[in-house]
Amino acid sequence: MSKTRRDFIKISSLSAAGIFAGAKYLQSAIPGNATKLGEIGNLNLNRTPTYCEVCFWKCAGWVHKNEDGTIKKITGNDDDPNCNGRLCPRGTGGIGMYYDEDRLKTPLMRVTGKDGKQTYREASWDEALDFIAKRMKEIKEKHGAECTALLTHGSGGHYFGSLIKAFGSGNVAAPSYAQCRGPREVAFLATFGEGLNSPEPTDIRDTRCLVLIGSHLGENMHNGQVQEMSDAIDKGATIITVDPRFSTVASKSKFWLPIKPATDIALLLSWMHEIINNGWYDKKYIEKYAYGFEELKDYIQPFTPEWAYGITTIKPDQIRETAREMANAAPAVIIHPGRHVTWYGDDTQRVRAMAILNALLGSWGRRGGFYIPDITSVPKYPHPHFPEPARDWRDAMGGKYKLADLALASGVCDATIPTPDLDCHIKAWIVNGTNLIMTLPDQRKTLDAINSLELMVVIDTMPAEITGYADVVLPECTYLERWDDLRILQGRFPTISLRMPAAQPKYNSKPGYWIAKELAKKMGLGEYFAWNTFEEKLDWELKQVNSSLEEMKKIGVKKLTREYDDIYFNDGEDIEFNTNTGKIELYSTALEEEGFDPMPRYTPHQEPPEGFYHLNYGRAPMHTFSRTTNNPNLADLMDENVVWVNPKVAKEWGLENGQEVYLENQDGIISDFKIKVRVTERIRFDSVYMIHGFGHTNKKLTRTYGKGASDSQLITRVLTDPIMGGTGMRGNFVTFRFEKESEAQS
Amino acid sequence: MRYAMAIDTKKCVGCSDCVVACQTENNVPIGHCRDWIVEITDGTYPELEIEIRSERCNHCENSPCVRCCPTGASHYEDGGIVVVTPNKCIGCGACITSCPYDARYPHPDGYVDKCTFCMHRVKKGQQPACVSVCPTKCMYFGDLDDANSEVSQILKKRKYKTLIPEAGTKPHVFYLI
Repeated sequence: MSKTRRDFIKISSLSAAGIFAGAKYLQSAIPGNATKLGEIGNLNLNRTPTYCEVCFWKCAGWVHKNEDGTIKKITGNDDDPNCNGRLCPRGTGGIGMYYDEDRLKTPLMRVTGKDGKQTYREASWDEALDFIAKRMKEIKEKHGAECTALLTHGSGGHYFGSLIKAFGSGNVAAPSYAQCRGPREVAFLATFGEGLNSPEPTDIRDTRCLVLIGSHLGENMHNGQVQEMSDAIDKGATIITVDPRFSTVASKSKFWLPIKPATDIALLLSWMHEIINNGWYDKKYIEKYAYGFEELKDYIQPFTPEWAYGITTIKPDQIRETAREMANAAPAVIIHPGRHVTWYGDDTQRVRAMAILNALLGSWGRRGGFYIPDITSVPKYPHPHFPEPARDWRDAMGGKYKLADLALASGVCDATIPTPDLDCHIKAWIVNGTNLIMTLPDQRKTLDAINSLELMVVIDTMPAEITGYADVVLPECTYLERWDDLRILQGRFPTISLRMPAAQPKYNSKPGYWIAKELAKKMGLGEYFAWNTFEEKLDWELKQVNSSLEEMKKIGVKKLTREYDDIYFNDGEDIEFNTNTGKIELYSTALEEEGFDPMPRYTPHQEPPEGFYHLNYGRAPMHTFSRTTNNPNLADLMDENVVWVNPKVAKEWGLENGQEVYLENQDGIISDFKIKVRVTERIRFDSVYMIHGFGHTNKKLTRTYGKGASDSQLITRVLTDPIMGGTGMRGNFVTFRFEKESEAQS
Repeated sequence: MRYAMAIDTKKCVGCSDCVVACQTENNVPIGHCRDWIVEITDGTYPELEIEIRSERCNHCENSPCVRCCPTGASHYEDGGIVVVTPNKCIGCGACITSCPYDARYPHPDGYVDKCTFCMHRVKKGQQPACVSVCPTKCMYFGDLDDANSEVSQILKKRKYKTLIPEAGTKPHVFYLI
């Protein structure tokens, strides 16, 4: 839970036990007796620029140091549009990543003892990289270079991506696509000819109506968006939240629609019905820019609010009133596309329905709706062309998921597990910055794939669960200790920002770029990393855009001006959209060509069996995925997850607040650890809710091991999106168990 | 000069950034905090309300903690900021008991610690760390005696409350409702 006051007794006992080892550094970090007031203010804090790596928002900031050079705190960069000088709790608590004493400290290699027992032994960098290079060469000779894959998240993808492409493989995948935002990219591409990318070009700052479908903005700390939502609240914008849970933002909303889980498409269709049949859509905009309006109009006729009421449990009056509210605000209205949208397997279609609503209200390309983002292109330090891979993960998909515009991490996983009828050929994984055990659904399948591998190398800062399955573990230093590629992001105006090391790498850890370059040299691919130092590479790239490393060290973020004054469509402007018809496709010709519904269809989803509840999961503002739960600063804010249970359900089961239970899913999977019950009115009677990322099983994560339960472990039923291969994870149901059989026997 | 803070409960999302920013700014040992989040849910599904507040020392005009301190360690600074001088504090805990807001904690180094409104920053013309970091910009800080300060202005415009007014402490932290 959020940080609450601890009582006096509790604090005393905690401090007697030494609190956490982290307290030691906090004291040692301050010279002398500086915890006294006044002296802190006299410290000369010098600062270096960085951008945050705790989540994908990548806010730019400053790392401040004490006089003795130790890292004190991180604050936001005022010139950065992603954070406007204000980092979120994770960014502020990013120092915990650096000081975490559980970090990976030196390369590890798997060895088998005489007794057959496998362990890790410490290795030198040279030895570990030699081993990897040798094994990669063997795999290339035996199977072909394309039989290797990179699974990645974050900055390291640049270097390990180059490495594996230079080696001859095209398998570079991030779970952030097929396990997260993929469906919405495909849906917006199909509708507007443009994906959303990151940060999403939602003009929340100037919106008059923000509609959130299961998106819990504020609990997910997408920093700039949370800031703009707060601005919109100040300006009196209406927020409409659709969620079976009374989320934080639901409590800030004028309308909260407590929808029955898995029925969102029905609500979206009935909103279209109201907006079209009442003539509330943007007629000029639709006439000029849209394709398929008549087809859509005919199609939505059966979807009255009364029809939707029977499915969604949202009252017809509320559907009408909220549709009217959106229309009144149009075009300054945003049906927010969300970010983690892999829910029920019809996710591309659900987000399509959201895209269509935005089109009907004329919000795409309009102030208060979606702006047209700009991004700058910075030439990359020259390297030879990458070879063309002979085949890739798609060859194992049997012709499916052609509309996926990026690689599927789950596809790479599938292409690794040998099957008789498909070309499943991948033999080696390099895994960087993503804890696949808790990222991919259906852990048994992930383990099957890992067991089929001839080599797995994991590069991470922390002993995440995935490291335990690796042949070689390489310790990367944290973002506070390394250079990284420039952050080049889209926004209202383009920006570039710099990350430079604020301190030397701790222990025997190394930056990602160094690891990739050294490995490339050993693999005979050194020419792809031709720079001598990373500073030289950055300076070369910055000079191509009339900046320099010297300048960027001083400012951290460089704001560039838009090339054209085209942030919104001009009234009546002719626009060619990047779709088959050159129009906004209400009726999708691309989906039709591939044999899918050209307009979104509501299909009922399975309901929980008796005694089971929808397993809904989400984010807490102080944690990112499963990667921050061991961070001393962030664990101090929330050190375990709890399962939200409606009071009626709690009564039926005799559950009390704070009671610890196991969760068991529909496939008989029981959570490794117990989780505390939170009895709360904020959750529907047919659902439970928990924060993702807890229930770690690696004992080396000393602070977070065994705390709470893992939703990932309970997500064994995957509802795959036939359009783009997204792995829908919300089709799982759980029930409560008071003990495990093993406990009952003992 | 009377320093005060106004916190907008309509904007706060309870993210705890104020808590961690305070900890790193003021070297608050992990396991302790000078500010914290309170969340109160009212009603039954689906007729619900939540109030989320970032709480801290209220820097009361009539502070029980200053009154009861046997050594004078707890005292008022300029602008009415209530502060503990660590080397005068004997850690007796009388102030902890007397505070109706539970705003003080025993620092492992043997003295009692609490929010200082980041006096070291305020003296330099900066905002307290919690105010400067808040992603929702839900906190306003300034001088109540200055009618043009942000905090005076927002209190003029909005409805507000203080916590436990019946304790008669005259808090200087206001909650916009």
